[in-house]
Amino acid sequence: MTLLNDLRKGFAEFLATFGAVSIFLLRILADTPRALLRPGLIFRQVHVVGANSLVLIMMAGLFVGMVLGLQFYNTMSKFGAEQSLGPVVVLALVRELGPVVTALLFAGRAGTALASEIGLMKATEQLAGMEMMAVDPMRYVVVPRFLGAFIAMPLLTAIFNAIAILGAWAVAVQMMGMDGGQFWAPMPDNVDVYDDVLGGVMKSVFFGAAAGLLAVFEGYRAYPTAEGVSRATTRTVVVTAMSVLVLDYMLTAILI
Amino acid sequence: MGQNKSVEFATGLFIFLGLLALFFLITQTTNISAYGGEGYSVTARFANVGSLKVRAPVALAGVTIGRVENITVDPERLDAIVTLTIDSRYGQIPADSSASILTSGLLGEKYVGIDPGADTENLQQGDEVLFTQSAIVLENLISKYLFDSASGGDE
Repeated sequence: MTLLNDLRKGFAEFLATFGAVSIFLLRILADTPRALLRPGLIFRQVHVVGANSLVLIMMAGLFVGMVLGLQFYNTMSKFGAEQSLGPVVVLALVRELGPVVTALLFAGRAGTALASEIGLMKATEQLAGMEMMAVDPMRYVVVPRFLGAFIAMPLLTAIFNAIAILGAWAVAVQMMGMDGGQFWAPMPDNVDVYDDVLGGVMKSVFFGAAAGLLAVFEGYRAYPTAEGVSRATTRTVVVTAMSVLVLDYMLTAILI
Repeated sequence: MGQNKSVEFATGLFIFLGLLALFFLITQTTNISAYGGEGYSVTARFANVGSLKVRAPVALAGVTIGRVENITVDPERLDAIVTLTIDSRYGQIPADSSASILTSGLLGEKYVGIDPGADTENLQQGDEVLFTQSAIVLENLISKYLFDSASGGDE
């Protein structure tokens, strides 16, 4: 009995949060045109969110690519199918792994930074102070951070993909001794620029919007205490991760 | 001030690297060259296109000279009309050339192969390739072999 009750309450809470996030998104979109009048703020957020995550994304990309190269080469060389290694690695990365892994890492690094920053501003009453000075906290704090995430994510995904492909090349060609031409040559025949690469870019745009939105949302509605801020930070990662994976399935179903 | 400059530099570098990575991905790994370039369209009718897909390559002497643009069914003659886009650099294909649907490798993807003819006139925009050969469907081959060997085994 209580299980059913809990499920019902959980579902109601989920719907309420979903509604709150959607309303928050509409508020952000409404304030975006005026926030674009201050590109310096947005630029600064792109630095905080993007440039500061660069090392993490590059390292992750490199090792994901190297592992992909190693695993696939290992299996394919048993069937004499090495010429499929390049296309398979590129397709796996560009279509799925790049956007999703970058989004998850982004949620962990930049999402938590955004959520905790805004939560702390709320807890130390800076947001309330801003409103008293007739400075709109949405326009000056929330929207630039959202836009920063929105701009940074596709770029991070592209960097992740590129470095991962080079990592796979390094492992397969330099370390395992595969022929370099065999790695690069079959790619253009099997990778389509619109279906695969641009589809992946579109996914990363959606994931960037989702990660940015959820991070600023959790920070904005955090309980103004230390515990509230830390809970908001944790929730950001969890909710962003789940949303990204659900969105990934839905986008893949649409794109394929 | 120094911090402002390093922020700008780092962000600019980040955006530049991102765009560079995207550029690398698009140009080095994909078939974007299939989308650019001028070309002229010709059509060809086939009884069976097999698993030929749009954007499959069109090859002359094994070299890709164009792409399959469109595949539709003619509702009156009930065959398939395939529109091929051939790069304008290759404008000297004789008008009596033949087009066949071949398989790349043993079980690979289907592509259209052009066998040059001997006409003095060349294929122009909008022409139809008159001599065509449909795709070889593996199942038909196997059933024909079984049928032949069954009837041969009776004797």
